[in-house]
Amino acid sequence: MADILVYVLHYEGALNKNSLGAVSEGARLAGELGGEAHAIVVGDGDDLTEELAASLGNWGASKVFRARAPEGLAQPVIDAMAKVMQDNGHTYALFGGGLLGFEVGAGLAARLGAGVTMEVTEVDVQDGKLVAARPILQDSKISKSRYRDKGVIIGRLNAFEARESGGGPATVEDVEVELSSQATQATMVQRGEQRGEDVDIEGADFLVAGGRGLGKPEGFQMCEELANALGGAVAATRAVVDAGWYPYSTQIGQTGKTVAPKLYLAAGISGAIQHKVGMQNSENIVAINKDSNAPIFEFSDLGIVGDLNKILPKLTEAVKAKKGS
Amino acid sequence: MKICVLVKEVPDAAVEKRIDHSTGRMDRSGEKNLNPFDTHAIEAAMQIKEGGAVPVEEVVAVTMGPESAVRALHKAVSLGADRSVHLSDEALAGSDVVATGYALSKTLERESPDLVLLGQQSDDGECYTIGAVVAEYLGMPSLTQVIKIDVEEGKLRCERQAEYGYDTVSVQLPAVISVGDAINEPRYPSLKAIMGAKKKPLDALAASDAGVEASRVGLDGSMVECGDFTDPPQKEPGQIIEDEDTAETVEKVVAWLEERKLI
Ligand SMILES: Cc1cc2nc3c(=O)[nH]c(=O)nc-3n(C[C@H](O)[C@H](O)[C@H](O)COP(=O)(O)OP(=O)(O)OC[C@H]3O[C@@H](n4cnc5c(N)ncnc54)[C@H](O)[C@@H]3O)c2cc1C
Ligand SMILES: Nc1ncnc2c1ncn2[C@@H]1O[C@H](COP(=O)(O)O)[C@@H](O)[C@H]1O
Repeated sequence: MADILVYVLHYEGALNKNSLGAVSEGARLAGELGGEAHAIVVGDGDDLTEELAASLGNWGASKVFRARAPEGLAQPVIDAMAKVMQDNGHTYALFGGGLLGFEVGAGLAARLGAGVTMEVTEVDVQDGKLVAARPILQDSKISKSRYRDKGVIIGRLNAFEARESGGGPATVEDVEVELSSQATQATMVQRGEQRGEDVDIEGADFLVAGGRGLGKPEGFQMCEELANALGGAVAATRAVVDAGWYPYSTQIGQTGKTVAPKLYLAAGISGAIQHKVGMQNSENIVAINKDSNAPIFEFSDLGIVGDLNKILPKLTEAVKAKKGS
Repeated sequence: MKICVLVKEVPDAAVEKRIDHSTGRMDRSGEKNLNPFDTHAIEAAMQIKEGGAVPVEEVVAVTMGPESAVRALHKAVSLGADRSVHLSDEALAGSDVVATGYALSKTLERESPDLVLLGQQSDDGECYTIGAVVAEYLGMPSLTQVIKIDVEEGKLRCERQAEYGYDTVSVQLPAVISVGDAINEPRYPSLKAIMGAKKKPLDALAASDAGVEASRVGLDGSMVECGDFTDPPQKEPGQIIEDEDTAETVEKVVAWLEERKLI
């Protein structure tokens, strides 16, 4: 039996989109393996209703385990998943992209003595087993993982597409979890704090994104001026959001937003994988970076090697002049 | 309080990383350095020590890696660690994430730390997960990507960005915390600290010294097999403009944008 257990994250009554993708992918793979895809939801709030859990049937889960334990921290979810997998004999655990999936998946692999692969972009079935493809070395190579026994697969953000399967509501089974001592050592004081104003970057056709290369918070003015001239919005990397230079709502990437504007122009951004996953489907990618080896040039349509402090203001003037004429 | 910081030696970022096709492992020859993400973990330890909220008896740098990894330990000590521990054994070569985390946890157990700090990612492995594995084996809670730590009696108050915004989490010690690179600006070592680094105590351990079961590490002890290295689909390389005369550069960029009807 090769059943797959998929972790589904939820927040304030809504299921996470990447988790839904993982459920669809799990259902496809389980079909090929001749097993079933089950999902697990964890939470201790009223928002984790039976309907919400059962709705995962629409994405291909035949059964959903609902564990009453705190969510948002890894250890309680590890306890719940390890118990469900041990009691039900699942061979694989699957996670969509995100942050919690890394923490839960790795801890779970250690608990179960399983193999783990992260940042997976594709999963196949070979000889009745799952094989996971993972880009390594800054996406310059792809490596395939095979598992001796149990396997934990953590997807890259947006790697798995959520597809409605047309299946009806899934059976929901409530599970009692006894928390390990480490699971009670951490408590959430505040979750989901939004830092800075709420800006809509997902609706913009033109995005000027700024990173640490702007040098200081005030550097974002140059991005704003160019964005105004183009008729677009300003976005940011996690590095500058964490540093408090720009609002969290403008962050692109793994723990931020996914965008695909007509034009994405990066100023002072290195192009880390976790940023790339949130913008690589943009129609046109332009990057300004003073380091000709910056990874962002690997996936830019137009790369400008130079100092953004010199280029941005002149580019803004030129765009204004064109638009005015 | 006793703090252990996990550090790793990685190829210098300026040197191209590649796979050694004869062994299927990462080619770790060439220039090496302390993983830059780990300097933030050492700095975080130093700030807790110097912050004075709780007395810190010791900051110990711990690594698992080949002989050359002592250089990463020397660097860690020059940045403030009091001493270091080096786990090194042929039997460990080829360990996967879970096996590496297991071996590190055995090494850490001997030290009984109150707090284990580590970097958000290794520059070469990019797994982001060693902390979670180490924590599981030690039976401690773990948080990754932490960008603010406030120390209280027996507890830490940590902030980090997760999928829905910033979370504040209270963690009772002992715990394993991986820090994000926005947590601090690492200091530069003084010349005196660099010169003195080699004189600080360094514990060299073989796998058996640390109580690591040989069957659970190395290629044979790993539960995941990696191989079949292939090249990703090649994207048409983009056009590159070297900015020499900015007016000219801007003219080219505007023409490029116009051609694509973007302005
Ligand atoms: C689990 C996890 C989740 C993450 N999630 C996200 C996420 O959602 N979004 C995200 O963005 N990141 C995320 N990250 C962080 C990511 O790994 C990078 O650290 C971050 O994207 C780097 O931001 P940056 O490009 O602004 O900074 P840097 O990497 O420091 O790059 C700055 C660039 O600016 C260039 N530069 C400097 N000065 C100039 C100048 N005058 N002119 C031109 N160029 C200049 C430099 O050459 C450099 O390339 C995550 C990391 C992890 C581990
Ligand atoms: N071999 C190792 N020895 C000591 N620490 C390590 C080792 N590998 C990884 N780490 C630590 O784990 C962090 C995350 O690494 P990774 O999970 O490989 O991205 C690094 O920043 C180091 O602090």
